[in-house]
Amino acid sequence: MTASGPAAHAGPSLVDRRLPPVTEIGAASMIAIAVGVIYVAAHLPKHAPLGVAVAFLALAAALQVTNAFLLFRLRDFAWDRFFQVARWGLLGYAVIAGMIEYAFVYDKTRGSQLVVMTSMLALFMLNVPVLIAFTVARYQRTS
Amino acid sequence: MATVAHAAIAGPDAAGARPKVTIVPVRGLPIVALVLVGVVVAIARDAKWGLMFCHVVGGGLWTGIDLFVGFVVGPIIGRMSIPARIEFSTKFMPKMLLIMPTVVTMTLAAGFQTARLSGFLDTSSPRHTWVVVSFGVVGVMAVIALAYLEPANVAVLFELRKPQPDGRVVEKLMKRFVYTAGITGVMQVATLVIMTRLAS
Repeated sequence: MTASGPAAHAGPSLVDRRLPPVTEIGAASMIAIAVGVIYVAAHLPKHAPLGVAVAFLALAAALQVTNAFLLFRLRDFAWDRFFQVARWGLLGYAVIAGMIEYAFVYDKTRGSQLVVMTSMLALFMLNVPVLIAFTVARYQRTS
Repeated sequence: MATVAHAAIAGPDAAGARPKVTIVPVRGLPIVALVLVGVVVAIARDAKWGLMFCHVVGGGLWTGIDLFVGFVVGPIIGRMSIPARIEFSTKFMPKMLLIMPTVVTMTLAAGFQTARLSGFLDTSSPRHTWVVVSFGVVGVMAVIALAYLEPANVAVLFELRKPQPDGRVVEKLMKRFVYTAGITGVMQVATLVIMTRLAS
């Protein structure tokens, strides 16, 4: 991974820049995913009642949609850097998510339980690269 | 302080003395791949010793590194001068970016399978409660590490690659790194209690 792209310019610090609370919302989404996964995993190998898990899944998804909405409303933002970091982050977390999915399938998780766990895994896989990319890009100047 | 910090960073840069900052040490990727393949093979073969090896080695490294960084290295970094922090970070952070996700994945994947094979996942197991508590501790650490610590780690490396890094940005991100490393260090103490309860 290389950091080619827009060069830095001397100027006022970007620390005080006001941006939407993408990190906080992303962290809240991750908490919802963690609670949902722990709830299902705590019932294994039996099937957990999925209502609670689906509720946390929906909450996590809603928070990530909110984040996407907030992000794409940003104008003066280093999108090149954001997508560069997000792409590589996604590759790394796809490998980790793939391993976890393999363990689910290997452990004979099936049916609606597998759908819920896979959906949570997909949200996790998308969320982390966004948080990393946002944290990097918020301190980059646009040309 | 911010002005001093900025000047301290801009100074060496002007002289062209700052080292090139690597984000991901590519030479380490084959080792990461080897470790992950080893974990997959241990899972596929239901190899009890292999899984236990991956869980204990990964968990030992994870706990040890978190405690050492949180309680020893973190406070030292906090007392370093800005140029010293930068020099340390440029060498330390890229390695952490490869080591931590690898040992965490190794520990959790192997640990879950070990718990399954040992019957600890079964709700009727007397140790089931401790397993669920360990899920909770891992959940807290995952949120802190993935939402705050790792993004700060990557962002500080990108900042340090700039011709003129902003001292205030570096300071803010390093502070975040030090605090979150401290919190995960405390969570690792809880992990030690849970794991020794499970093994006893």
